[in-house]
Amino acid sequence: MSGQRQNELRTAARRVRGLGAARSGTKDFWHQRVTSVAGIPLTIALIVIVIALLGRSHAAVVQILGSPLVAVIMLLFILNSVYHMWIGMQEIILDYVHEDKSKFLSLMANTFFVIAVGLACAFAILKLSFGV
Amino acid sequence: MAELKAGSAPGPQRSRPLSPHLQIYRPMLTMTMSIVHRVTGAALYFGILLLAWWLVAAASGPNAYANVEWFMGTLIGRVVLFGYTWALLHHMLGGIRHLIWDTLHGMEPSERELLTLATLVGSVSLTLVVWVVGYLAMGGPR
Repeated sequence: MSGQRQNELRTAARRVRGLGAARSGTKDFWHQRVTSVAGIPLTIALIVIVIALLGRSHAAVVQILGSPLVAVIMLLFILNSVYHMWIGMQEIILDYVHEDKSKFLSLMANTFFVIAVGLACAFAILKLSFGV
Repeated sequence: MAELKAGSAPGPQRSRPLSPHLQIYRPMLTMTMSIVHRVTGAALYFGILLLAWWLVAAASGPNAYANVEWFMGTLIGRVVLFGYTWALLHHMLGGIRHLIWDTLHGMEPSERELLTLATLVGSVSLTLVVWVVGYLAMGGPR
């Protein structure tokens, strides 16, 4: 099909201004599903890793957490979880917080929180892996 | 029609008929577990700070790690960790239930009640299994 779509009721100017449906309305829904599917094996793996580390000395914990396979699984768990958390908390905020100021402040706080927690965990794992 | 008449005062203040809200429904297991899914999700949102503390402490050194071990060994630490384990497993099983429902399976009244009950029974039993295995791995409670 050529540039101008058939049955296009919006004018070119309307389209350029980016008004109307963004065509991404189901993005969060779908990404929440993708991260929940990924979360199942990752959560089981996390529980196995934590149980395997219970009661071990700090040196042993550092060695195991820093080993490539464990570190990669932990990183996947963290990154997957913070994105899943970000969508979930955003949904909760949009459901219950209706006043503009507190809504936008809590949406921002949500983003700051998940990035800070995600980065802290990821940095710790990388530091354990590279041993610096 | 009586409701319409009663709410016929002009202006934005007039009372309009409202659709029934949550409180008129009999509490049901599926409804309760839907709320619990959201509550456990919110709890895990903040609970991940425990994981972050543990990882950062391990990366920081033996002293910081000893603090985490001390806290997890206290009664409060154990209760928080037990709650975190249950919330994690319950949210995971609840998520699996929602994924099944996303495929339009298990939507019949008896099926959805059974699935919902299964997530609750499953999460409690799995939590106990994880803790028994955990204690065995440590060589008994300390």
